Amino acid sequence: MNVSLILIILLVGAFATFLAGDKLASKVALFFSLAAAGASIVLLNHYNLGENISFINQWITQPNISFALKADGLSMAMLLLTTVLTPIIIFSSFGNQYKNSKSFYALILFMAFAMAGTFLASDGLLYYIFWELSLIPIYFIALVWGNGDAEERKKAVVKFFIYTLAGSLFMLVAFVYLYQKAGSFLIEDLYKLNLSAAEQLWVFLAFFLAYAIKIPLIPFHTWQANVYQKAPTVGTMLLSGIMLKMGLYSVIRWQLPLAPLAAKEYMYIFIGLGIAGVIYGSIVALKQKDLKKLLAYSSLAHVGLIAAGSYTLTLDGLRGAVLQMIAHGFVVVGLFYTAEIIFRRYETRVLAEMGGIRARTPKFTSLFLILVVASVALPSTFNFVGEFTVLYSLSQINIWFAILGGTTIILGAYYMLKMFQQAMLGETNTRIFTDVTSNEGITLILIIAVLFFFGMYPKPIIDLITPSLEEILIQINRIN
Amino acid sequence: MNNILNHIGIENYIFLSVILFCIGVFGVLYRRNAIIVFMSIEIMLNAVNLLFVAFSTYHQDAQGQVFVFFSMAVAAAEVAVGLAILVSIFRNLGSITIDNLKNLKG
Amino acid sequence: MNTNLALLLLLAPFLGFLFNIFFGLRVGKTLSGIIGTMAVAVSFATTFYFFGAIAAKPEGIHISLFEWIQISNFKVDFGFQLDQLSVLWLLFVTGIGSLIHLYSISYMHDDENMHKYFAYLNLFVFFMITLVIGSNLLVMFIGWEGVGLCSYLLIGFWHKNQEFNDAAKKAFIMNRIGDLGLLIGIFILGMLFSTLDFATLKTAISGATDLNMYWLSVAAFALFIGACGKSAQIPLYTWLPDAMAGPTPVSALIHAATMVTAGIFMITRLNFLFDLTPGVQNIIAIVGAVTALVAATIGLVQNDIKKVLAYSTVSQLGLMFLALGLGAYEVAVFHVITHAFFKACLFLGSGSVIHALHGEQDMRNMGGLKKAMPITFATMLIASLAISGVPLFSGFFSKDEILLVAFHHNIPLWIVASVASIMTAFYMFRLLFLTFFQEFRGTAEQKHHLHESSSLITIPLIVLAFLATVGGLISLPGNSWLNEYLTPILPKLATAEHHLGTTEYILMAIAVVGGLVGIGIAYAKYIKQNAVPSEDAAITGFSKVLYNKYYVDEFYDAIFVRPINILSRFFRDTVETGLSALVFGFGKLTNEISYQGKKVQNGSIGLYLFAFVLGLCAMVSYLFLAQ
Repeated sequence: MNVSLILIILLVGAFATFLAGDKLASKVALFFSLAAAGASIVLLNHYNLGENISFINQWITQPNISFALKADGLSMAMLLLTTVLTPIIIFSSFGNQYKNSKSFYALILFMAFAMAGTFLASDGLLYYIFWELSLIPIYFIALVWGNGDAEERKKAVVKFFIYTLAGSLFMLVAFVYLYQKAGSFLIEDLYKLNLSAAEQLWVFLAFFLAYAIKIPLIPFHTWQANVYQKAPTVGTMLLSGIMLKMGLYSVIRWQLPLAPLAAKEYMYIFIGLGIAGVIYGSIVALKQKDLKKLLAYSSLAHVGLIAAGSYTLTLDGLRGAVLQMIAHGFVVVGLFYTAEIIFRRYETRVLAEMGGIRARTPKFTSLFLILVVASVALPSTFNFVGEFTVLYSLSQINIWFAILGGTTIILGAYYMLKMFQQAMLGETNTRIFTDVTSNEGITLILIIAVLFFFGMYPKPIIDLITPSLEEILIQINRIN
Repeated sequence: MNNILNHIGIENYIFLSVILFCIGVFGVLYRRNAIIVFMSIEIMLNAVNLLFVAFSTYHQDAQGQVFVFFSMAVAAAEVAVGLAILVSIFRNLGSITIDNLKNLKG
Repeated sequence: MNTNLALLLLLAPFLGFLFNIFFGLRVGKTLSGIIGTMAVAVSFATTFYFFGAIAAKPEGIHISLFEWIQISNFKVDFGFQLDQLSVLWLLFVTGIGSLIHLYSISYMHDDENMHKYFAYLNLFVFFMITLVIGSNLLVMFIGWEGVGLCSYLLIGFWHKNQEFNDAAKKAFIMNRIGDLGLLIGIFILGMLFSTLDFATLKTAISGATDLNMYWLSVAAFALFIGACGKSAQIPLYTWLPDAMAGPTPVSALIHAATMVTAGIFMITRLNFLFDLTPGVQNIIAIVGAVTALVAATIGLVQNDIKKVLAYSTVSQLGLMFLALGLGAYEVAVFHVITHAFFKACLFLGSGSVIHALHGEQDMRNMGGLKKAMPITFATMLIASLAISGVPLFSGFFSKDEILLVAFHHNIPLWIVASVASIMTAFYMFRLLFLTFFQEFRGTAEQKHHLHESSSLITIPLIVLAFLATVGGLISLPGNSWLNEYLTPILPKLATAEHHLGTTEYILMAIAVVGGLVGIGIAYAKYIKQNAVPSEDAAITGFSKVLYNKYYVDEFYDAIFVRPINILSRFFRDTVETGLSALVFGFGKLTNEISYQGKKVQNGSIGLYLFAFVLGLCAMVSYLFLAQ
């Protein structure tokens, strides 16, 4: 039993969903995504027992490409994030009707397949293929099922597609260069290369362009807010919950160990860039009129902090980054879902058109508020564990990084509470707002349960990821 | 070694070939009539053929001459197709001035 | 046994919260209130067990439940530490908490969301207990932020009013500014000592010889900023007066007796750290004294009964910080306790008045309530006497000790604190005279409905008034039970001398006379001259500055809030558009190149051939030249 099983389940699921027809599509998709989640939990169990669940096979001999899926703690954590969030995301869409839903759900599963592949692949080219593959389904999901004016949507989505694709091309160039040197795309072989400082800088920058656009870091974030706003909420959840983490994961897995000298040399610049993103994203979020755009900018702020943590090159920084990635994945999916719940009832995402909802909906308000406070990293939520660890690692580098990065605590509270006040509080709204349905409630409660459980007891995840992060750190520090 | 090259040096063939080729080039560039352009192309082809044959003799290697036959066959086929196209253009446009043929414009 | 009881202590209010959130609406208002009160009462009872247990075990009880957060150089356990300090806090948090829950059953009975009110209040007590019994800085931080959240929820309890929501938001954000400071302090301590555990920190700091004094001071200062936020000290005090938007019992519990004392708790908890950083201690003392004076001056002219009490709270907290800064932690703790009694009493009394007047808070529309509400009047009178430092009431002892300590350390600070105390006496009696004496100034409708509040409201008042009277007994000068009790936490108390000399008696006399003078001025102005504060428009001169709170809110608005909002708009409208245009610029550039290139391909075969020949010639000549 190995990790390729997950990919097979997701891929088969995608085809089965397409064949199942419009009526059954959502249920078939949910079934397969749950199967994948179950399988990955079983695999996690095998992994924890010390079994080898990797799958490495020669694929193409000339050039030398392997079909290598290697599962270590870090990959398993990200895989679990993907496979657990996918059914939640699919389930969250049950209240909506999509035209041509068989293609819609098939694309979701296909995207999950590609993202899971990205997290698992340990061969450079295979990883690149999965990386690019994940772009195709989200392109169609956003373009076909998105909302707003069709022309503007097309503009935003095409921009996103070309932008990320262009960034990734540099990564491909870097991989080709590395292949020339190593004669293999396998990550172990690439680790063995002894690149000069100048070479490392170029490799580092080539990777950086790909990841900075995907994560996104400022000033490469301009695609984000528009696409988040235009994509259907399911697409936004996939993008913000999982796809952003591909970039962050790749920084840790590929960029830092392959170009450690450059990473060390220019550490301050990249940490600074991440923190600038925190402050910039938070400030821009303050004055957003559209709920989804506001959440997009809050996402920008959070991933900036995660990236800053990764670039500290300390165990705390990496660990905090991974914890925060998972925590942010859940909380942001929950928050976008609340935006969707409001949209289902009021047909609007404009904050000014909401307000006064709290008086009618005790359950929804409580769930929403819990997500808001989780997003501002209230202690006892999972986000606090991540944010605390990241900020601690920043304070180890330079206390000012922690202070500046820590402004997210203040500004985050400012824009989230302001948003909550505008959306939910005030004089009772004259329009009827029915409280959450059981489907909606279950989805939100699941997310909240995860956030609180790991907020109080993050040890399982910490134990899972720490050994592999230590190994990556050994690679980072191999040339001294 | 006793062949014609002993009497007339290889360089003369090269010059002739170059002159012919240039005539062909200028013909292609300056004449507007499609048939004359076509003829000029044939002149260029034959200039090259002449060079092939000359070097074939020079190197005592029959490959050059074989290639000339091949190229003549291709040229014949090309003329057949080309003229057919010209005829159909003439039927459609009523002239064979190449300036009128701008349908390739992007 | 200890673990289970500690969990009971902690989780009883949490269960009350869960019950009220899920079933509160179904079981009805009264039962919901009773269960909420019972939940806190259970904690109160459990506290007594620990009180006894610690008497037998002076080093305190340490419980570690599970490993929580892991940092590379240390691990943070989720654990509890129950010692003298935490038990002391628990006693009045859960004790006053129970009383205020009881009071709220009657006070909030007309509110449709009463079950939520009790849920939040229980949640608050749960977090406050976490704060107090956490065995390390991070568990304390859970409670620290948690009480902030509950404060947000309760200030904005009447969420239909956006002004109240603004106040709630402001409180949360200003607290978070302090929280950042606290976190920075935590980071530095973690970096220096590889632990956040109070007990381990204490040994590490006390035992160490080569401490990095610079970082230690920075850490202490950062922690002090955290305390400033939570305990409403300059410059982070402006949220507390606004927090009066919440229901009055909430103001009594959270914004007078318990949550705002968290900063004092934290500094006392870390006394071993602050003792080593005299520079930071000086800052604390000065900030405390200045806050005490500034808040007292603002309190002089406020007309909203709750605002007066709010500024009085800020001022009293300033006095406590003064004591902390002078290293007299036990005095600060003493004042925290007596203050909790009389300030809770005052707030609940004002709540009783507001309740009787159906929401009226402006003292200009009150007066003459003495006859209609005798119990409220009597209890508030006692509490006012206590806060003014009239001898034999609790406030006399605690405030006097603060002044004494200040006198011994620094005469200017003593003068500032004394002036603040005189002002306190003045504005408290101003409040009392305006509210209860002379003629009623409200509407006839209100006058018709005037009544003494129900017994659920008066019983807590009476209990608190009693405590405000006798609370001073726990630390009599020269024979202090409190100091002895706190000796394990504050080791230097064991060697401190307790004797009263002539200086002390003179100082005491000065303080008492000062207090009486303050009361006398208030009497002369509001009883003899029968003055009533003028309408808002008629206030002029320096009183106008005071009435508008030195325009600090406007100042903060101008230098922080508005620039951030302008920046935000600038980023949104200019920078974002610019960046977006830049990215689109690449696309447009490609388009333009393609458009220009298209022109060359005009379809003219002649041109193509010309280009072709030109290319050929170029290649040939290159080949020749290359040779």
